[in-house]
Amino acid sequence: MSRNPLVRAVPPTSWFFRQPRYLRYMSREITSIFIGAYCVLLVVGLQRLSAGQTAWEGFLLALRSPASIVFQFLCLVAAVYHAATWFNATQKAMPLQIGENFVPGNVISGAHYVVWILLSLVVLYFAGVF
Amino acid sequence: MTPLKERLVQLEVLRYNPDTDTEAHFQHYEVVCQEEWVVLDALNKVKADIDPTLNYRWSCHMAVCGSCGMMINGEPKLSCHAFLRDYQGVIRVEPLAHFPVERDLVTAPDDFMDKLKRVKPYVIPKEMKPISEGEYRQTPAQLMKFRQYSMCINCMLCYAACPQYGLTPSFIGPAALTLAHRYNQDSRDGGRKERQEVVATHEGVWECTFVGACSEVCPAHVDPASALQQMKITSSIDWIVEHLIPGGKP
Repeated sequence: MSRNPLVRAVPPTSWFFRQPRYLRYMSREITSIFIGAYCVLLVVGLQRLSAGQTAWEGFLLALRSPASIVFQFLCLVAAVYHAATWFNATQKAMPLQIGENFVPGNVISGAHYVVWILLSLVVLYFAGVF
Repeated sequence: MTPLKERLVQLEVLRYNPDTDTEAHFQHYEVVCQEEWVVLDALNKVKADIDPTLNYRWSCHMAVCGSCGMMINGEPKLSCHAFLRDYQGVIRVEPLAHFPVERDLVTAPDDFMDKLKRVKPYVIPKEMKPISEGEYRQTPAQLMKFRQYSMCINCMLCYAACPQYGLTPSFIGPAALTLAHRYNQDSRDGGRKERQEVVATHEGVWECTFVGACSEVCPAHVDPASALQQMKITSSIDWIVEHLIPGGKP
């Protein structure tokens, strides 16, 4: 019998519509765009700060525009989602074995959330919120 | 004894004859099954009563041999483990995704078998010792470190679920890399350095983008996604030791 196998190609631009889990994966990856964009915003802010007081105040004014607030809100949502997906993944990347048993995964992920909250409180403290 | 409940099951099965076809096509079957059956039973009934030309692989019928993997309604499943009661309407059965189709539901596993060999999935002893010195001993804690990863049944469902493998067939893939991790984690093994030549490459763990589908579909509850992420961490540490620490050797 001769072999004549059929290769069923994966559609390179639409494969992620095949399964909800692929869409979840892509949504996680797409949040990186918002985080990257926010990093660019921070770099622009630093550049404006180095350009003098007038430039810095102009930058702060631009941050308060409605479009900027919408952008920052979207970045915050994306960053929270991005962080949560990775914190949930830590239990897979860093399993912890004590003796014959493994520490439950939700303890490992939970510890990351606790540290996240504590560090956020420290940042808010230095930002003068409290 | 209560009689078993019967049900008319509709199947849409992908057919491909390598001798006559250039494309695959779906064939519709209607077959009376018992509600407690699995999709494999329905296929067996079709083959016995309706169409003896239908081709598929199976052996143990108890989710141990890993032969009967198929796409069932688009999801990689062992057909002996896919209960009819969990499906409504027409059940679409296709060969495992990402593998060439030999005939009907039979796929060619050659690529997986080649990759499996490349990761050297066997214990390479740290030190060879004569039989007179006895066995290589291991504590229960050392066993638990890799036990989960030794449960792989080579069913290839994780490859059918992994979009990275589908898009980049040179990717060594979830099961083979997980077996590399299984032996790397074994206290009796000293072969990690040899395996790293395959594992710590673009075709190895760095092709994985942590979709996580492999772990979700695994019928043996192995967690390939976990194994691959752990190997990314150890491979990164190797790189840091080698490149950033003077005289460092991974």
